[in-house]
Amino acid sequence: MSIETYAKLLPLLPLIGAVLAGAFGRPLLRGWTPLPVILGVGLSFACSIAIFMSYGGGHQASQVPVPVYSWFATGSRDTFNVEFLIDPLAIIMLLTVTGVALLVVIYSRDYMRHDHHPVRGYERFFAYLGLFVFSMVMLVLGGNFLLLYLGWEAVGLCSYLLIGFYYDKPSAAAAAKKAFLVNRVGDFGFGLGILLIYLTFGSLSYETVFNMVRDGVGGERVPIIALLLFCGAVGKSAQLPLHVWLPDAMEGPSPVSALIHAATMVTAGVYMVARCGVIFTASEGVMTFVAVVGGVTALFAATIALTQHDMKRILAYSTISQLGYMFLGLGVFAADSAVFHLFTHAFFKALLFLGAGSVMHAMGGIIDLREFGGLRKVLPWTYRTVAIGCFALAGFPLLSGFWSKDEIIHAALSRQPVLGVMAIATALLTAFYTFRMFYRCFHGEKRVPPGVHAHESGAWMLIPLVILSVGAIFAGYANARLDPGHGFLGLFAPHGWFAHFLEPSVSAFKAHAGPSQHGGLAQFGLMYLSGALAIIGIVAAYIVYVGRPQIPSRVQAAAPRLHTLLFNKYYIDELYDRVIVRPARAIGRTCYAVDTYAIDGLLWLITAVPRGLALMLRTLQQGALQSYGLAMLAGFAIILLWVLSN
Amino acid sequence: MPEPSAYVILGALLFAMGLVGFLSRRNLIVMFLSTEVMFQGVLVNLVALGRLHENLDGQIFALFLLVIAAVEAGLGLGLVVLLYRRRETLDADVWSNMKG
Repeated sequence: MSIETYAKLLPLLPLIGAVLAGAFGRPLLRGWTPLPVILGVGLSFACSIAIFMSYGGGHQASQVPVPVYSWFATGSRDTFNVEFLIDPLAIIMLLTVTGVALLVVIYSRDYMRHDHHPVRGYERFFAYLGLFVFSMVMLVLGGNFLLLYLGWEAVGLCSYLLIGFYYDKPSAAAAAKKAFLVNRVGDFGFGLGILLIYLTFGSLSYETVFNMVRDGVGGERVPIIALLLFCGAVGKSAQLPLHVWLPDAMEGPSPVSALIHAATMVTAGVYMVARCGVIFTASEGVMTFVAVVGGVTALFAATIALTQHDMKRILAYSTISQLGYMFLGLGVFAADSAVFHLFTHAFFKALLFLGAGSVMHAMGGIIDLREFGGLRKVLPWTYRTVAIGCFALAGFPLLSGFWSKDEIIHAALSRQPVLGVMAIATALLTAFYTFRMFYRCFHGEKRVPPGVHAHESGAWMLIPLVILSVGAIFAGYANARLDPGHGFLGLFAPHGWFAHFLEPSVSAFKAHAGPSQHGGLAQFGLMYLSGALAIIGIVAAYIVYVGRPQIPSRVQAAAPRLHTLLFNKYYIDELYDRVIVRPARAIGRTCYAVDTYAIDGLLWLITAVPRGLALMLRTLQQGALQSYGLAMLAGFAIILLWVLSN
Repeated sequence: MPEPSAYVILGALLFAMGLVGFLSRRNLIVMFLSTEVMFQGVLVNLVALGRLHENLDGQIFALFLLVIAAVEAGLGLGLVVLLYRRRETLDADVWSNMKG
């Protein structure tokens, strides 16, 4: 089969799986409900691999456009097509999305069961998951801004549906609503950006638009378009100031957090900026803005993660922080490093969320670190795999997170030194908070919530964990090349195969990046430094949380204000509540009052006239049949007399 | 063959009989029959007046009215039966609570 056929099958298969699971899950499949979705996602993963294998073989061009069908036409001027665009960026995203999705769906088969019985909403869950994979694939494969927008909104919908999966739980319903509304803010800008693209260039196709920007069409509007598009990325990828929805999104089931809110959907913003590199790199100012937002968010979220107690929330803030890294990388023109970090992050963060889900499963739905601890012996496999994920996230040397994070820090230091230093500080904090969570969960004295029978998860859940932890160890080597005698530890140098493969998709960034000094002494020195920082963070966390457990409370007592500030997440939710939610509610109440009293009152007055008339006239209806007859006779007589008298 | 005016008078008489019956009786069936008698009075008048004008309009109209009257009679009787089942009586006064 050709690459085009694979591309056309790719989104279709998960969608079919979703429809089958949704339509026949309850009446027919029951315990087998995950099967069509696992098959659909698995086959689309196979398609991604097939595209990857055949890409570059017969096709010399870096981009393979795949027209599918003409969607609709506006008048006689423009037609909007469903068309796909396959290039290295899309291929990387496809592999990541379908690969992680496959593991998550397999994991969910057991996770969403209870005592070997499918829980309520089992089929709903898998239908949504399949729908999500379809939407995400459409987002990534789409060859124009319209399909990008379609996928963008569809993944937002799936995110909403899955955060609110336990809709009878008020906190989950509220979190779903919050995620949707906060994303609306960003998506409004995103939509405006796409409209402005259409107004300026008269087309929404990537190729046309990017070529016109390269030729200098658009002029002053291009930076505005870039900023509007970036609004969408800020919302979807939970950057400051629209990050508030992601921690709350942890109300959804853990596999959803792993797939949507860590590995794939939230990285859509990074993908979009990388895809629209031509538009973004046209203005130095916009790129600086992207870098600042990313760098500040990374540090900001890492500090919050230091004080949280909910394991999944710590991971959520960590995700926000890592996404900040990716935007920082994009902002300093290192798009290949940013996408590389997206790639490695998908492995270890999905692993950590699934591991947290395994812990939660064992603890009977409790995920608060104050409630349990010392689970090393109870959950041996979860312990091992989560340990690998934590080491990768902390940037421990030679694991995947180390390679990608280091590249971003290096690029940031050489272009925006201040942000680079912030990124280094963030790396230290990351190592510390990750292992704070890790030690509190698995080390120390064994503590289990009362009435919980702690048990290790089954094979369906552990196998994806093991596969992901293999990825978390080795994914970094996709972009590390052998450089004997010179590189890190005398062996490895960054910017290997991955960067080379991605090159055609991110050439816009490269063209503006200026002369790079990859592999210089500075970079290898930095690698030793960031490796050392990761180890320092880990050791510090060990000392504080295992060696001398009295330290945390002392630190907390020493700086109570700082702790309260961090623990309450800088009071951003409270700020939004005061500035936006409450005024909006006040406006709503005012409108309600006007509606009830002014408008309804006026209508009542008008209707009072016929009502009063009716009150008088209805007394004529006496209920006696004969009197009606008499009245009719009298009326007849009067008419007769009137006719005769004329 | 009598004068056409005689038929008109016959129709008026039938109508008046029905009217008096409708106003004076309390039995639903009888009241219903009275309305039918009024109906026939009008019918006779139609035919007679058609004759008077020397065209067929009145007769055609009468034929249509006959059909409609038959249908209406079925409906009316059905209603009377229903009313009877409700109250076990045919007295029209028991429905006097249906007032505004």
